[in-house]
Formats: sequence, structure tokens, C-alpha cells
Amino acid sequence: MNIHEYQGKEVLRKYGVAVPNGKVAYSVEEAVEAAKELGSAVTVVKAQIHAGGRGKAGGVKVAKNLDEVRTYADEILGKVLVTHQTGPEGKEVKRLLIEEGCDIKKEYYIGLVLDRATSSVVMMGSEEGGTEIEEVAEKTPEKIFKEVIDPAIGLQAFQARRLAFNINIPKELVNKAAKFMLGLYKAFVEKDCSIAEINPLVVTGDGNVMALDAKLNFDSNALYRQKDILAYRDLEEEDQKEIEASKYDLSYISLDGNIGCMVNGAGLAMATMDIIKHYNGDPANFLDVGGGATTEKVTEAFKIILSDKNVKGIFVNIFGGIMKCDVIANGVVEATKQVGLNLPLVVRLEGTNVDLGKKILNESGLNITSADSMADGAEKIVSLVK
Amino acid sequence: MSIFINKDTKVIVQGITGSVGLFHTQQMLEYGTKIVGGVTPGKGGTEVEGLPVFNTVAEAVEATGATASVIYVPPAFAADSIIEAVDAELDLAICITEGIPVLDMVNVKRYMQGKKTRLVGPNCPGVITPEECKIGIMPGYIHKKGHVGVVSRSGTLTYEAVHQLTQRGIGQSTAVGIGGDPVNGTDFIDVLKAFNEDEDTYAVIMIGEIGGTAEEEAAEWVKANMTKPVVGFIGGQTAPPGKRMGHAGAIISGGKGTAAEKIKTMQECGIKVAETPSVMGETLVSVLEEKGLLESCTTHKANV
Repeated sequence: MNIHEYQGKEVLRKYGVAVPNGKVAYSVEEAVEAAKELGSAVTVVKAQIHAGGRGKAGGVKVAKNLDEVRTYADEILGKVLVTHQTGPEGKEVKRLLIEEGCDIKKEYYIGLVLDRATSSVVMMGSEEGGTEIEEVAEKTPEKIFKEVIDPAIGLQAFQARRLAFNINIPKELVNKAAKFMLGLYKAFVEKDCSIAEINPLVVTGDGNVMALDAKLNFDSNALYRQKDILAYRDLEEEDQKEIEASKYDLSYISLDGNIGCMVNGAGLAMATMDIIKHYNGDPANFLDVGGGATTEKVTEAFKIILSDKNVKGIFVNIFGGIMKCDVIANGVVEATKQVGLNLPLVVRLEGTNVDLGKKILNESGLNITSADSMADGAEKIVSLVK
Repeated sequence: MSIFINKDTKVIVQGITGSVGLFHTQQMLEYGTKIVGGVTPGKGGTEVEGLPVFNTVAEAVEATGATASVIYVPPAFAADSIIEAVDAELDLAICITEGIPVLDMVNVKRYMQGKKTRLVGPNCPGVITPEECKIGIMPGYIHKKGHVGVVSRSGTLTYEAVHQLTQRGIGQSTAVGIGGDPVNGTDFIDVLKAFNEDEDTYAVIMIGEIGGTAEEEAAEWVKANMTKPVVGFIGGQTAPPGKRMGHAGAIISGGKGTAAEKIKTMQECGIKVAETPSVMGETLVSVLEEKGLLESCTTHKANV
């Protein structure tokens, strides 16, 4: 799960990680009020959306007085920002972070991620702050330093210092930087983060080490024990169909094609997208109904697929293991009765109770094309939506 | 022969009294798996399906002589259950549970260092040695005894591969689902190594997906060590970056973990990669033919 920058900074502040003072604003008035309260010489007006690259898209402005705060807030609120992470449709700005400006001497990068190869959390640092870490990794990999963290004892002070020295933090500020890193690691572990990126980390003219930006992502498997983080969820930043799917425990991802897919199992669902593409079709979604789907769940899955106006046909691909084919067949019949289906539907059933499943579909009187294999099904649906 | 499990493997079920655990216990018993007991804290002394239930894994092991455990415990408690199985010095713990917080698994892996237990999973369908022992949630009937090893990060895609093999008259030695989580116990290389040493396995199908670099590392290992043919498939060739495709581990992040990269490395390492999931069986058959192994791998009458 993603949260906004200002929320991430709230979390970090609780762990003693230095961040600039700031407040969230939902309107121009609130923005001006917040700037007044901050009372800093320079104020930064920052668009809050769940995507990086806001600065380049005109979503971050530096204001020298309250009039400028008003002007910039008015300009940014309601604006649709298009960045490399939003897709071409962009994202509308509904919240602003009003933050005190600071005197930046130099920018760095600090990030925490799960390293799959070592099954550990790794802290990465670079003196190329402000640049995306992937870019640094590609162009100047020697400028990235890593500390692998033993979960039994956590990040050690010497590791934090070593990283600070390696990325050339001024030596009188190394201890401050180390404290920053230790706090960041503690927040990462205690709040079940999956990514914590501080880009840039800055050293200021008055000798502080601070997070100028904060990107925190959280492990959705751990949200059951992170109620305060869950409260930060901003549904407006998420795809409506994905939200609906999550209510029914369905794993759904919106894509931009026109063939709706309903599959059991994540691997098979991905492979189904692949085979549709192989036959020159375009999947409209990834949808895994899971191993324990009921008729009700299948019905909801169908409704979600059909709520996507781009969908011109549906391919149901099921390998029944624990999930029985007759349950899927009943769900398909039930759903089409409830929502009325006038799009081509191709169903491929295999596995447990396959004959019963096929019988249910055949006797339903619905216009369903059945397929003998994945390839057969993919070919049929692609030709039907052409 | 087979790897990890066989007809003599004695198994206990952690979480045997839960609805999922109970259902699959019945299924495993029906398949012929030697389930010897179960564990549910607080339900010790009772019976389920004629099997004794214990409060702790240690008690269950002492009373039954079990060497393997299968875990159907809900995600919030599953890491603890794995650690309990490791503490009881079982040879094998198979964790089916999906949705365990990843930092819990980081701790589990750290705890397991230097311990004897092999962990398979979590978030996996389990392990099956056809016609001998099924530990997990896979539909047993699609499998046939034979000589092709299967290893996969995905459940249903494994069934798809096994089904294609069985239809073509090719049985399997053992099928291992290593699971779709970013931090797991047994990895591709562990399983490939075991298949390489198993005299009853003549060839292997390896099914990967986007995310991480485990397939690349496995491919390099195959190139350097494997004496048996390996064919592969990678799911998620069309998956968009930055989106978690169902499995917690199936995500392309920072440009890493793409299907294209994996397929390229696998091919460079001599692994023939099926172009679509529909031709996994066909691809294996073509390699078996090439190597003169088709006859010895054909264990029953084909059904296509």
C-alpha cells in the first residue's frame, strides 16, 4: 500500500527521523493558513499524489511570500499531473503539503528495501541525491553503497556510520546521519514497510540532516497489524475496480486492453494474459479468483470485469484443483443472469469436476463458446473481439 | 525414487482442526499419504479423522515419529508455526499459507540458519510424489508416477504443466511448488540439485514468473552443474512494471525481474523455454526426443 509524502513524514517524525515542518492542505485557504503558521522565510508548495516525478511535472513550487503560496496553491490544486509514474492520463491533485523551505547544501539518497537474494533488509545510499536510484545503478553503480541488515540484531550504528562515510556526508554530520538511518530502519521494521526511500536526503546550511522527500510503501500482508497505517489509505488514489475486487478478496489489476480475464491462480492468470497477447489480443485485466472461490465471488468478479467499459469479450480460464469446475460454471451462469451478458464469452475448464462444469454451461442456454485448451480459448476470444 | 517425500514419509498437519487444514487432511489421506497426527494448540488429546491431535509439534513428533509437517495455519500465526516445526527438528516443513508478512519470513529465514529442517513455501501448493505421497493442496488425480521432475513458483501453472505431461503419457517423479512469496524456504537451485541427484528423474520442467532473479541464478546453476535436460516457462511476459501480480513476489521493480531477462538468461544457459503456457508439455517432449529420452520417460498411454 502507498501513502502520501506528508503521511510518510508523519510516520518518520514519530521515529525521530528529521523532516522539515509542514502541514497538509485541502484548499487554497488552508494552504495560506498553514504557511502563515509555519512562518518560514521560504515555503514549499508540494502536490500530494501517489507518484514520483512531481517536481518535473510542475507539482512542486517554492513560494517567497504568502501571495505566492496562494498563487501556487491555486495553480496546483485540481491540476492533473502527468509524470513517468502516473501513466498518460495523469492524476488530479487534491491535497498539498505546505512545508518550510530549507537551505540545501547537498542532496543524497537513502533507501531501504527487501533484498530477495539475501532474504534480508538492505540499506542503500548514494551521493547522487535527487536522481532516481535505478538511473544511478545503471550509469554509476560504483556510487551505490549497501549495508545488509541482520534481522536478529537490526541495523548497527557502525553500519550506518560506514554508509554515511561512504556516501561522503560531511564528517561532522556523520553521527546525525547515522541517527537518521537508525530511526528510518526502526520505522521500516516496526511499520512493516516494503520500501522506504528518502530521495533526497539533504544536508542543510544550519547543519541538519533531513528527509526532503519520503516515499514509504507497506506490505499489504501486514496491514492487519498496522491499523494506523491502514487509516492513511487514500481510496481516491486507487483504481475503483481494484478497490471493489479487494472487498471480495479477489486479486485484480486493471490493464488497458479489451479482453476481460477470469482465472484461478496468480501464475495461470499471468500466463493467460501472455497467451492472449501471443495471439495478438490485449488483456483488460489480471484477475485471480483464488483457490477457494464461491459462486458469489465468481459473480462479483464477473461484475467487476463488466464494469470496465473497454471490455469487448471475456475469457474464463480455470484449472480446477481445489476450486471445482462446477462452482465456476454456476458462478458464470449466475453472474450472466444478474448482469445480463451481451459480449462474447469463451470458457476453458479443466480439472476437478470438469464434466459437471461443462454440463452446467451447456444446459444454461447461454451463448458460451467452450475451449479445449488455453491456446484454443485465447485464439477464440481474440477472433471474437476483432 | 523421488525427492523430498515418498510412500514412507510420516506427516503431521499443523492447523489440522481448521476448515482448510481438515479438508486437505481428508484429501491427503484419501490419496494415501501417511498422515500420523495433527497439531492445534489447546486441542491436544482430541481426535480428527481418527488421528491424534497434539498441543505442540514436539509432542506430536515424539508420539508419532513424524519427519514432515504441513502447515495450514492462518498468516498471522504461520511464521510461528514454521519456527515451531524447525525447533522440533523435522526434516521437512511445507507451508501452504498465503499472505505471511514478508518481515516475518525474514526472521524465519534467519532463525533457520544452521538448522536441519528444509522449508518448502510459503504460499505454495506443496510437494507430491505421484502415487506415493501428496503433501499440500494440489489435485492428486492429474499426476502419474514417472521420471520428469517439476518445480514451480505457481500452483495452477504447475497443474497445467503436470496435466499436459500426463496427457502425453509422461509421468512425474516429484512435483515441487516453491511458492510465490519473495522470501521462501527451498529455492529453484535446491530442487534442481535434488532432481540432478535423483536417479529416477530424467528431465525437469522449471516454471518461473516475473520478480526477483531466482530464475537467472537457477539457469546459471543448470549451465554449470545439471546433467539432465531442463525446459522452462516464465509467466508474466505481458505484466506491467510496478504492479504486484497476485503473488507477493511477482512484481517488476526498478526494471528488475522482467520475463524477457529471465527467458534470455535461461536460453543462454541451455534451457529451452516454452513460448506459451500451452506448449510446456510439447516443449519437453521435443527435448526428450532430441536427447533420446522420450521412450524411457513415457510411462503410460497418452490421451491426446
